[in-house]
Amino acid sequence: MGKPSNRKRTLGGMAGIFLEESKVVKAAYKVRESGFIKFDAISPYPIHGMEEACGIKRSSIPYVTFAAGVFGLLAALGLVYYTSVTNWPINVGGKPMFSLPAFIPIMFELTVLFAALCSVGALFYHCSMPKIDPPTIDKDLTSHKFAIFIPENDVGYGEDRIHKMLTELGAVEVKKVAEY
Amino acid sequence: MNSNPMRRVPLVLGNKTLKQITDDICEPVETIPSKGWMALFLGAKTLFIFYILTIAIVVSTGMGLLGVNHPVGWGTMIITFVFWVGIGHAGTLISAILFLFRQKWRTSVARSAEAMTVFAVMTAGIFPLIHTGRPWLDFWLFPYPNQRGPLWVNFRSPLLWDVFAISTYATVSTVFWFIGLIPDLATLKDRAKNKIRYMVYGALSLGWRGTAKNWSHYEMLYLILAGLSTPLVLSVHTIVSFDFAVSNLPGWHSTIFPPYFVAGAIFSGFAMVITLMSLMRIGFPKFKDYITIDHMEVMNKIIMMTGLMVGYAYGSEFLIAWYSGNDYERYVFMNRAMGPYAWSYWIMIACNVFIPQIFWKRNFRRSIPVMFVVSIFVNIGMWFERFVITVTSLHRDFLPSNWGQYAWSMYDTAILCGSFGMFFTIFLLYLRVFPAISIAEIKPVMNVGKEDDNKGAH
Repeated sequence: MGKPSNRKRTLGGMAGIFLEESKVVKAAYKVRESGFIKFDAISPYPIHGMEEACGIKRSSIPYVTFAAGVFGLLAALGLVYYTSVTNWPINVGGKPMFSLPAFIPIMFELTVLFAALCSVGALFYHCSMPKIDPPTIDKDLTSHKFAIFIPENDVGYGEDRIHKMLTELGAVEVKKVAEY
Repeated sequence: MNSNPMRRVPLVLGNKTLKQITDDICEPVETIPSKGWMALFLGAKTLFIFYILTIAIVVSTGMGLLGVNHPVGWGTMIITFVFWVGIGHAGTLISAILFLFRQKWRTSVARSAEAMTVFAVMTAGIFPLIHTGRPWLDFWLFPYPNQRGPLWVNFRSPLLWDVFAISTYATVSTVFWFIGLIPDLATLKDRAKNKIRYMVYGALSLGWRGTAKNWSHYEMLYLILAGLSTPLVLSVHTIVSFDFAVSNLPGWHSTIFPPYFVAGAIFSGFAMVITLMSLMRIGFPKFKDYITIDHMEVMNKIIMMTGLMVGYAYGSEFLIAWYSGNDYERYVFMNRAMGPYAWSYWIMIACNVFIPQIFWKRNFRRSIPVMFVVSIFVNIGMWFERFVITVTSLHRDFLPSNWGQYAWSMYDTAILCGSFGMFFTIFLLYLRVFPAISIAEIKPVMNVGKEDDNKGAH
């Protein structure tokens, strides 16, 4: 829970713009090797191998999915049990009041519904979405350019040092970003 | 074409740069519509308005305007509902199941197929709501604490399972589709030339930034939603088939119904995907590099295979009717093929089993006019399949005193035709508002099958 508050504060920093996928992945490796830990890579599409390059841990969304699915299953069981067995039992064709096989479709659907919606909620939480008017480094980063952004509070932040490093790694442009 | 059979077929034709891909796919959203689109849209919109008026008349006057009566109590509404839900299933198959199987060709058609799912389920959802006869009381379908007891819904009824299945399916497919759209909406926002466009797409993209951390979560969520949608889509048509199979009517009470319905749904849905993609290729010529003939051919193979599967189901139903030794069951099937509704049965057989077999020939599989015509026939055939199942079982009951015909009325025709107006109006608008091919998903697969394949890393 501690991390999002860190992320919500917008930070300034340095960003290097790259034109090639292979270069930006290599750059991410090097930037991490140079000791930076809070940097992020921005790309128009998911890049194979970028998570390794940036040292990003596996997403925790599956745990949310599982918990929400179990909750949905139990909630559905509770709903059908309360309504069909406790609150207003109706004899349908002599079936037992707690006729579990007939309740399975409802329980399955609610499991899927809860699991899906809560997973989406988890994505929104992790990516701090929805957000009005997020800061943009370069308009082409959602089309055909890539970037590496190093925030000003990162370990060993130094404008000259970063400028030199990113240029050497193949950035076509290195610029200072007021807030991201 | 390929000298080396191990070489993969390129998924995107032409040596496109990343920028070209963005430009090509965003073009329909950022330009003035063509005359062809306008003509289709005006036609579809007129039909849609006609549909709304028809529904208004049917709802205000009553269900008696339609042909349903004793003994055929389920008619156009249920038939067309099953038809449209079935159409939707191919979209989820392409976007979720083929994603899990890592079928990369799905990428270029997934967005529009998923859109088709969402719009087909929207179109379908209206029918049972009207079929209840008093649509203003449809909220009774949901279990909520009420002042009537509280009197709860019957959780042992397949019709209620359907309420849950369809509403869950509609919700999850819409969310899945929209999650896929978010990065592309951010692209459209960043390309926006005017303020209104920037604000609308900015709001829709929910502040997506595309950092590596975001993508990591995003890809995980996409995988999870695909994994959840896969059993969901199978469950939905299974439950739709339970509406029939759980009752004790000959011709309905059969364990083959769930797989038979799912295969039929995928069959009809792929036919609709072919119909729509053929039109998209004509309307937006640049999309031909993304939705290639190879992609169309693969889908035609699936149509041929699922067509054989439904053909097998038709045959096995007859076998089981004979083998069961049950007089009523035998009668229903003989009556289907030779009774008063034999014409509908043979339309179904011809359109679903025989016509798709021309796809055994490679030239036909790869010809847009041929596949377009076949896809229309399959759609007609699959509507008739539901007609045959619903009407022929109902019109010949156990007692000859219960026998009767379906009194098809002009309102049935109007409702059936009008639903296409609704579907096509929404779909045509979608083509102008959202990128019809996933920009962010097509870029990682653009190097598949290209000369220096080692770059693709897959």
